[in-house]
Amino acid sequence: MSTSSTFTASPFVGKTFGITVAKLNKKFGRTTVLRDIDLEVKPGEIFCIMGPSGSGKTVLLKHIAGLETATSGEVRIGEYDAADPETRNKVHLALVFQAGALFNSLSVYDNLALYPREHRECNEAGIRERVMHALAILSLEKSANKFPSDLSGGMKKRVAIARALVMEPQMLLYDEPTSELDPVMSATLTEIIATLREQTAVTSVVVTHDRDLAFNIADRMAFVMDGRIRGIGKPADFKNPTDPVIANFLNPVIDLKNPRFKQLENSHE
Amino acid sequence: MNHLTTIVGHIGGTLLLLVRSIKFIGTLPRQRARFIEQCYLIGYTSLPIVTILSFFIGSVLALQSGYSMENFGAKQFIGTLVGLTMARELGPVMVAILIAGRVGSAITAELASMKVYQEIDALTTMNIPPERMLVLPRLAAIVVMMPVLAIIANLCGWYGGALVCEYTHSISVDSESYFTALKEFMKPHDVTDGLIKAEVFGFVIVLVCSYIGLNTRGGPREIGASVTKAVVTSLILILVLDYFVTKALLMS
Repeated sequence: MSTSSTFTASPFVGKTFGITVAKLNKKFGRTTVLRDIDLEVKPGEIFCIMGPSGSGKTVLLKHIAGLETATSGEVRIGEYDAADPETRNKVHLALVFQAGALFNSLSVYDNLALYPREHRECNEAGIRERVMHALAILSLEKSANKFPSDLSGGMKKRVAIARALVMEPQMLLYDEPTSELDPVMSATLTEIIATLREQTAVTSVVVTHDRDLAFNIADRMAFVMDGRIRGIGKPADFKNPTDPVIANFLNPVIDLKNPRFKQLENSHE
Repeated sequence: MNHLTTIVGHIGGTLLLLVRSIKFIGTLPRQRARFIEQCYLIGYTSLPIVTILSFFIGSVLALQSGYSMENFGAKQFIGTLVGLTMARELGPVMVAILIAGRVGSAITAELASMKVYQEIDALTTMNIPPERMLVLPRLAAIVVMMPVLAIIANLCGWYGGALVCEYTHSISVDSESYFTALKEFMKPHDVTDGLIKAEVFGFVIVLVCSYIGLNTRGGPREIGASVTKAVVTSLILILVLDYFVTKALLMS
């Protein structure tokens, strides 16, 4: 599959924004999910956030997308406050949700066409061209008239990515983009993320468990563990990590003679 | 105190939803497809049940009043009683209860499901306000369809009463006398007061059910809980508002 086709440039493309997260804390009731998160994503950078399940990666991504309000601290996109709804009028931002978050009452085509239609960015012929182009990139042309309920988990994910492409964003946030995808589609997606950055200078934040994805495309990466930043740096810095926790996360040793779940069972006794 | 704070918070949230939705009223012309779809769902699909129910309510009202008014020799006023009761009270209230159960529950279920499955979050990140796309067309549709449904409910109730009076041996009031009594003591404002009430109830039902749906948190189980909450809240609000709106209309 080729990803060499040029992505159409929207009026927004050209301006790039960085992200600054400062002393971000988030509590849900009594549970603290994020603790003193500080990080900076440079304009046009591909930044990967890795960490175990439940460590707070998605909550951090939602703060960047303006879908959550911080308990304390702040997130800024360029000079704008990410939590301010007005920011969405100034920064073209797309979020690829882990489960797709497709509109179940709309066909795949209408899911993709919704954004340009609502924002009246072009006429119906222009919208069709943009939608079919995005569908072609993800090999979804034949699914244009299907409904999300007819699609597999992986296909839903691809439609969600295609929907983000139609938005021609300046900032792309991905929540586990390669989960539920087969290895070939994962590789394609890795290429798409890199190509998009190359062609449109889009700033990308990728929350992932996928080591191959992160090490192939990230300019920099951060490890979030138990709501804190455990490590931050270039992929080369983590090829042979000195931090045993990060090393264990990236290269877990499978020990069939002394399995982890048995260790956990014993620790509860 | 905590409970009171929660209630005040919900009232504030509902009013905020109203303000945020009304803000986009200028976008209604280009949302006409959604508006027409909602008119169809709210109005047209509710018609059979509104027709059947109001017909039988009018019939029962005539039957009961015929039975009791015979003792006072006041059978000739059955038309007035059925006419006024349907127009001022039972028509709008019954339609509102039906709309709360049929339409309000569907609105909450749909919006709650969209919220739980992150479709609302997706809209927000796409800079498409859910209030504009999901709430405003429904509010506009209920404003148009509620008086229509209330008028149909009144007519069905009146004709149901007329049929019962004509063909029930113990009542035996012919249709002409029934409708003469109905017209003689009814004034136009009796009907318009009922329509105003229907309008208020419908608007509040859609607003409250949308608010509850959009504020659902958790998983699929909460969708069911939200629907129950929306219908119960709507029913309580209909009856409480009924008293205050009636009082205000009678004083005006």
